[in-house]
Amino acid sequence: MSAASLSSSISVIRAASFANDKPALVSSARPPSSAFLGSSAGLRFDPLSSSAAGAGLRPSPVVAAAAANVVKEKQPRSSPSGSNLLITKEEGLELYEDMVLGRAFEDMCAQMYYRGKMFGFVHLYNGQEAVSTGFIKLLKQEDSVVSTYRDHVHALSKGVPARQVMSELFGKETGCCRGQGGSMHMFSKEHNLIGGFAFIGEGIPIATGAAFTSKYKREVLKEEGCDHVTVAFFGDGTCNNGQFFECLNMAQLWKLPIIFVVENNLWAIGMSHLRATSDPQIWKKGPAFGMPGVHVDGMDVLKVREVAKEAVERARRGEGPTLVECETYRFRGHSLADPDELREPAEKAKYAARDPITALKKYMIESNLVSEAELKAIDKKIDEVVEDAVEFADASPPPPRSQLLENVFADPKGFGIGPDGRYRCEDPKFTEGTAKV
Amino acid sequence: MLGVVRQKVGTGGSPLTVAILGKTLPFLRAAATPLRSYSSAAKEMTVRDALNSALDEEMSADPRVFLMGEEVGEYQGAYKISKGLLDKYGPDRVIDTPITEAGFTGIGVGAAYHGLKPVIEFMTFNFSMQAIDHIINSAAKSNYMSAGQLSVPIVFRGPNGAAAGVGAQHSQCYAAWYASCPGLKVLTPYSSEDARGLLKAAIRDPDPVVFLENELLYGESFPVSAEVLDSSFSLPIGKAKIEKEGKDVTITAFSKMVGLALEAADILAKEGINAEVINLRSIRPLDRATINASVQKTNRLVTVEEGFPQHGIGAEICTSVIEESFGYLDAPVERIAGADVPMPYAANLERLAVPQVEDIVRAAKRACYRSVPMAVAA
Repeated sequence: MSAASLSSSISVIRAASFANDKPALVSSARPPSSAFLGSSAGLRFDPLSSSAAGAGLRPSPVVAAAAANVVKEKQPRSSPSGSNLLITKEEGLELYEDMVLGRAFEDMCAQMYYRGKMFGFVHLYNGQEAVSTGFIKLLKQEDSVVSTYRDHVHALSKGVPARQVMSELFGKETGCCRGQGGSMHMFSKEHNLIGGFAFIGEGIPIATGAAFTSKYKREVLKEEGCDHVTVAFFGDGTCNNGQFFECLNMAQLWKLPIIFVVENNLWAIGMSHLRATSDPQIWKKGPAFGMPGVHVDGMDVLKVREVAKEAVERARRGEGPTLVECETYRFRGHSLADPDELREPAEKAKYAARDPITALKKYMIESNLVSEAELKAIDKKIDEVVEDAVEFADASPPPPRSQLLENVFADPKGFGIGPDGRYRCEDPKFTEGTAKV
Repeated sequence: MLGVVRQKVGTGGSPLTVAILGKTLPFLRAAATPLRSYSSAAKEMTVRDALNSALDEEMSADPRVFLMGEEVGEYQGAYKISKGLLDKYGPDRVIDTPITEAGFTGIGVGAAYHGLKPVIEFMTFNFSMQAIDHIINSAAKSNYMSAGQLSVPIVFRGPNGAAAGVGAQHSQCYAAWYASCPGLKVLTPYSSEDARGLLKAAIRDPDPVVFLENELLYGESFPVSAEVLDSSFSLPIGKAKIEKEGKDVTITAFSKMVGLALEAADILAKEGINAEVINLRSIRPLDRATINASVQKTNRLVTVEEGFPQHGIGAEICTSVIEESFGYLDAPVERIAGADVPMPYAANLERLAVPQVEDIVRAAKRACYRSVPMAVAA
């Protein structure tokens, strides 16, 4: 059976794509031909129709190998700096601006925290911007994003104004949640950012529910063409949690339009991913449940974007979920209270050299897409946006005392608002149980 | 000095009696035997049918309502509550799930964030402990954390409390746990009318509701009037019901214990103690007004619950009465609760671990200073 030769070529592919994974290996040079191997490879193929090895029992190895051939046939040989077909100038500027906004905002958060303007738990996203930008910039406003406590940049990428996020962090009334949520609980109904959850793994079933709603709206409520997708962001530590597996099962079982994005930054506070996980290759957990599992270099926004495009299109077409493992790194500690003593300086330096913003900048300049001046103009603009956000947040009032008891219920009097617009409990018939509800 | 002096409270005509809200029945409820026949009752309905009909009507009225849980579809419901719904509404709206409480509860909450109205069934509320993170952290707290942007119109329902001989892990009562959490509404129906009215109100409510049923009540029949059978019937959340009016002692109870309280009231009536029985219906929000008005009328209180005594419903009611009606109390508040042990399996021990009618009668008599002290067996 060809499975044997396939599996040996698979291990070659996997080895190549994982060369950058292990912190101990010093391999800063990416092999030129690995730009797409092991990344979008897993997606351009329908696992069910590929079963040469029988009954689709192990779709993944067949998928990866066959798809790699497909990719090689389709794409012209790309140069080490990537092909110019990847993005246009406008897209490039948009991606650059979004990543710089994320970085500048988080740096400002650190400053504000140490000045006492922000308090509690603050978890910064420095270094992981490529994942947020790569995925969220492909979404529509109606698509939902669910995140964890490391959610400032997801909020910004999804379109929540920097002013509102900063005010929320300062605990002011003008914050996106009027100061009631804080750093870890960013919600925006307008932009469909449905959290912001402190418990890891908690967002995954919520995201699955949002995807369920999209399917329900299309099939039961007959809203034509409702193809909203949901993207769930979570970390490597979460991939050992029960809820993750429960949702992989149900999402694939019901073919829900969701993308599970693992931001594998190798560390869960001080617990190394390799110490906590029996099989550290998280993308493999997708095929175990019947969905494609893809590994991508999360420090390269263009690669993330390519994978994201395919995953989102899959979900929109109704083909079901995808598990995407983004290899990324956080430049700062787990939170601003974390002394970050357990990570090796060599590892940090290695990933700092792969800074996604610098990489995109280099790519765009070398491909003559933009000039340095244009990028500097964006840097300056973002600095002004962030400064303005801080001034706005500083100047905003704290919430009034009356806000303490508000919004516990959507329906505060417990009985709801009747068809005549008045509280039902004021209708004398209501207590007799005969009022029109 | 404790004596046999029994203070006679003013009889009827007190303004407090008139002020008591809640539905007053045209007839008194007698013992909670399964079959009752009153000439004024229109028809009888089991609690199971009441729940089934409420679900059916709400699902047909609003296409956003869907039912999700283990065995709700093809098995017709673990306790047959959702019988016939799969045939009527199809697998898109009556969804059988894998055994993943945390997962499907979270899915329900996520769907509720986007405007659907899930009814999540737990096979028993003991299993809700696997999903309690979602009930509390993502459902109850979300409207507050998002400052009103995301309301969660979800209902969590299922049997709660002790059944018969199911052992410690299947017998806990969760009323106190959920009722202590702001952001949740907690309902405990007793009769078929309660079941229908409260479930409809819960499904229509824009907030998370924990709906605690009782497995032993599913098969019991209660008379229902034509109003109750109407499809727009619903009961207000947060209002208790005075099942039996009285003037000597107030007995509060919820769920199955209401039946026992009514039986106890019958026994007490034969001994000249006219007890008032309050069916709480809603544990959160608790109808403190009705309870306090009743205590201010009778001056004595006995709280009855099936769950563990420490930090339970009775403790909260007792504190509420002390805060608002301390001057009216003529006797210490008596608290009847389940035994402070995990539920044993042996039938005789199980009987000792759950309140019985005799316990309520004894407590009421103690509150009325009419009891004869008896040796307590450990």
